[in-house]
Amino acid sequence: MKKWIDRIARRIFTLSGFVTSVVILLIIGFLFSEAAGLFRQPIVEEGYVLALNKENDVDRLSAEQIKQLFDEDITNWKELGGKDMPVKVFRLEDLDHLYTEEELGAEYEHAGEKIAEQVRQTPGIIAFVPKVLVEGERDIHLVPDHTIPIKDVLLGTEWYPTATPSPIFGILPLLSGTLWVSFFAILIALPFGLAISIYLAEVAPPAVSKVLKPVIELLNGIPSVVYGFFGLAVIVPLLQQTFNLPVGESGLAGSLVLALMALPTIITVSEDAMRNCPRTMREASLALGATHWQTIYKVVVPYSVSGITSGVVLGIGRAVGETMAVLMVTGNAAVIPTSILEPLRTIPATIAAELGEAPAGGAHYQSLFLLGVILFFITLIINSCVEIVSARNKTKR
Amino acid sequence: MNKIEAKNVDFYYGTFHALKGINITIPNNEVVAFIGPSGCGKSTFLRLFNRMNDLIPGARLTGQVLIDGQDIYEKGVDVDVLRRGVGMVFQRPNPFPKSIFENVAYGLRVNGIKDKDFIRQRVEEALTSAALWNEVKDKLKESAYALSGGQQQRLCIARAMAVQPSVLLMDEPASALDPISTAKIEELICELSSQTTIVIVTHSMQQAARVSNKTAFFYLGEMVEYGETKKIFTNPEKEATQNYITGRFG
Amino acid sequence: MPLQFDSAYNKRKRALQQAMFACFRVLSYSIVLVLFIILGFILVKGVSVINWNFLTQAPTDGMTKGGIWPAIVGTFYLMVGSAVFAFPVGVVSGIYMSEYAPKGKLVAFIRTMTNNLAGIPSIVFGLFGMAFFVNYLDFGDSILAGSLTLGLLALPIVIRTTEEAFRDIPSSYREGSLALGATKTQTIWHVLLPMAMPRVITGLILSLGRVSGETAPILFTCAAYFLPKLPDSIFDQCMALPYHLYVVATSGTDIDAQMPIAYGTAFVLIVIVLLMNLVANAIRKHFEKKLKQK
Repeated sequence: MKKWIDRIARRIFTLSGFVTSVVILLIIGFLFSEAAGLFRQPIVEEGYVLALNKENDVDRLSAEQIKQLFDEDITNWKELGGKDMPVKVFRLEDLDHLYTEEELGAEYEHAGEKIAEQVRQTPGIIAFVPKVLVEGERDIHLVPDHTIPIKDVLLGTEWYPTATPSPIFGILPLLSGTLWVSFFAILIALPFGLAISIYLAEVAPPAVSKVLKPVIELLNGIPSVVYGFFGLAVIVPLLQQTFNLPVGESGLAGSLVLALMALPTIITVSEDAMRNCPRTMREASLALGATHWQTIYKVVVPYSVSGITSGVVLGIGRAVGETMAVLMVTGNAAVIPTSILEPLRTIPATIAAELGEAPAGGAHYQSLFLLGVILFFITLIINSCVEIVSARNKTKR
Repeated sequence: MNKIEAKNVDFYYGTFHALKGINITIPNNEVVAFIGPSGCGKSTFLRLFNRMNDLIPGARLTGQVLIDGQDIYEKGVDVDVLRRGVGMVFQRPNPFPKSIFENVAYGLRVNGIKDKDFIRQRVEEALTSAALWNEVKDKLKESAYALSGGQQQRLCIARAMAVQPSVLLMDEPASALDPISTAKIEELICELSSQTTIVIVTHSMQQAARVSNKTAFFYLGEMVEYGETKKIFTNPEKEATQNYITGRFG
Repeated sequence: MPLQFDSAYNKRKRALQQAMFACFRVLSYSIVLVLFIILGFILVKGVSVINWNFLTQAPTDGMTKGGIWPAIVGTFYLMVGSAVFAFPVGVVSGIYMSEYAPKGKLVAFIRTMTNNLAGIPSIVFGLFGMAFFVNYLDFGDSILAGSLTLGLLALPIVIRTTEEAFRDIPSSYREGSLALGATKTQTIWHVLLPMAMPRVITGLILSLGRVSGETAPILFTCAAYFLPKLPDSIFDQCMALPYHLYVVATSGTDIDAQMPIAYGTAFVLIVIVLLMNLVANAIRKHFEKKLKQK
């Protein structure tokens, strides 16, 4: 009896030991399968086609070109390598201006003919219409649709996930926004983090560091949405006044908040690393006539450099993945940032802001999962860096 | 002339009375060994000479420690200048996480010497005097951790000697080493004694007998006996010393 | 040739040290100041909003008046829900790591996986929760889905603290029990678990503190903008404090009227987190004292 319980318990323990591995596998599986769907989506909205005049020999349009055509940024087919004729944009609702209800039929049964008529009449036309209406029509040129190319997503510089007829999912603005904010956050947090960890590990009397450490841990415990709220209520108006900005929501506001949030991680990890520096190493330096400060920056910091690096990298990870605070203070403009004082948008903020509106299974939904996959990979790389650094640290000793 | 002189030294860790009323004079360019069972205060006493115990919170000293006639615990004494003149070698080899060259050059650099050629020359001299130059001259840029334990300890001696200290404190310098490395270190101590006064704390009485001119025996925070090494080991005055060197305790 | 040292350099290096240390001190205290500014700002502005009605009533007038009771209840449900999932699984998994898993590569692998899970941003948990619990398992937007997602987030913390708590028990206790003929399970249950319990509980409370403040994982799995009544079952949506704060602070119709509510919500949220930290610390301190007495 006793043995049976022991054996069953062992099984349960063993099974649960792998729970984190299973969860990670599940996360990878579900994120990937949703994200991969994006590259099977047509670039034009499902169920719709782009119809051209038979004379028009343009055969392949990218999502970006389609957007430019419909925004009337491209006004002549020449620009796309076609014939020299002006572009005429045609949408379904234009039908109502051109024809009476009777002509179209009560059930829109004649709409297909009329669209085809328009297309045949206008050489430079591009019509964005439902596929079912024009399917049987002859003498029009339907632009063959293709799936969203990976290259356009990964290297695309525009993010218009809700544009019609064809949304654009270029992730570069979001990726650069994320890196930009995180970079400045670390730039701000690094001097503070190093100074404070040195102070705590080396300079401060034990009584002082005993008080300071819980304070810093507390900083870690404050929920990110509270940081975001504080940023919104205090930092954003402050920045707007100081730099005379049209809006205070900016990359800098995000960086400041993130710096504050990354600090505790940087400090605790680096401080631990410095405390691990052997006492005799310090004494050897002091015994040669070095001052305490010389000892710190010539011996203690080089000795614990891998631990400090781990702390900084973990801080970067925290900054890259942070969602709510950034969402609340960065202004969320999906453009490649040129200045830290402009609004920008990060990957996590994009997911949080848009997933609620994206219909499940659609291209937009899947593109947000792709962002999740990218985020997952970034953090995985960051974690691996930390593992490698600390593994090297172990062999050194 | 006396290099080091301690007068009525009492030392406390908090409430613990670690050293009790110690008087000693150490002459110039001699090798003096401190022996005694563990916890007897010999290491603590050694560490008073370069004020290493300052780092310990709650440590307190009464009495005087003079080096070259100057009270090193007097106000206005610069600890870094004192420590530059009093080198120290520790129980375990503790090279810095730097190259061999930078380890030896460290003491020069932190004391403001910038002349590259001069540093190179001093590093060579120091490594030579530590009998390490021939072994490492082709790999000065390599990490100090690439050396063996014995080599690392000689590197630490070279590091201490690079700033030309007039006193060298050695805190059980061979206790973590194999017999061959130990022999090399002992040989080195004899050679270095022409340049500097050496105070060595050791567990091994044979070592004390081999390297030192004078020996002090410590027991329970007191200095029981101090005199010529030969005399201490052959004809000690105190019974406690007799018991210790004949191995009855310790 | 005797060495010549520059005494001016000595003065300089000492002055440099003083300057650097003073600078470090100022920077360190400035962080404390920042923390007090954040806490003080929210607590001072929030405390005037707090009253019995604010804590016990539902929002009214399009969230410009009324209280936050449904959000408090929702956060409580989510904490309990995630605890019910994460605690048993996490504790058992932590025990496996310390007591059963063959040392070496396997433990290193599992630990890496746990670290990786801990490093995944919370929004990715939110995405996964939506794809897996809400859509694939068809729980819908519900307390169940939200709790499970938050539970996954808490899991690495629980596993780590449990593993450390068990690993720090000297092996003599295990050997003593096994030598008396107890099975491994009995040893764990009767000897090790009671010893590790205080630290395990500390970890659990800290993970709950973390869970109570998370917004991103529940955005798409559970949280509701506004609900007129409290949830009836685990398949209902609920409101939650952090999400409520986000909503009130960012997407309001009448920002001026909503600001006090935002401060009040932030106040309650911070008090919960601080309380969790204090309790966890108190337990840890109590335990350390007891250990020293032994």
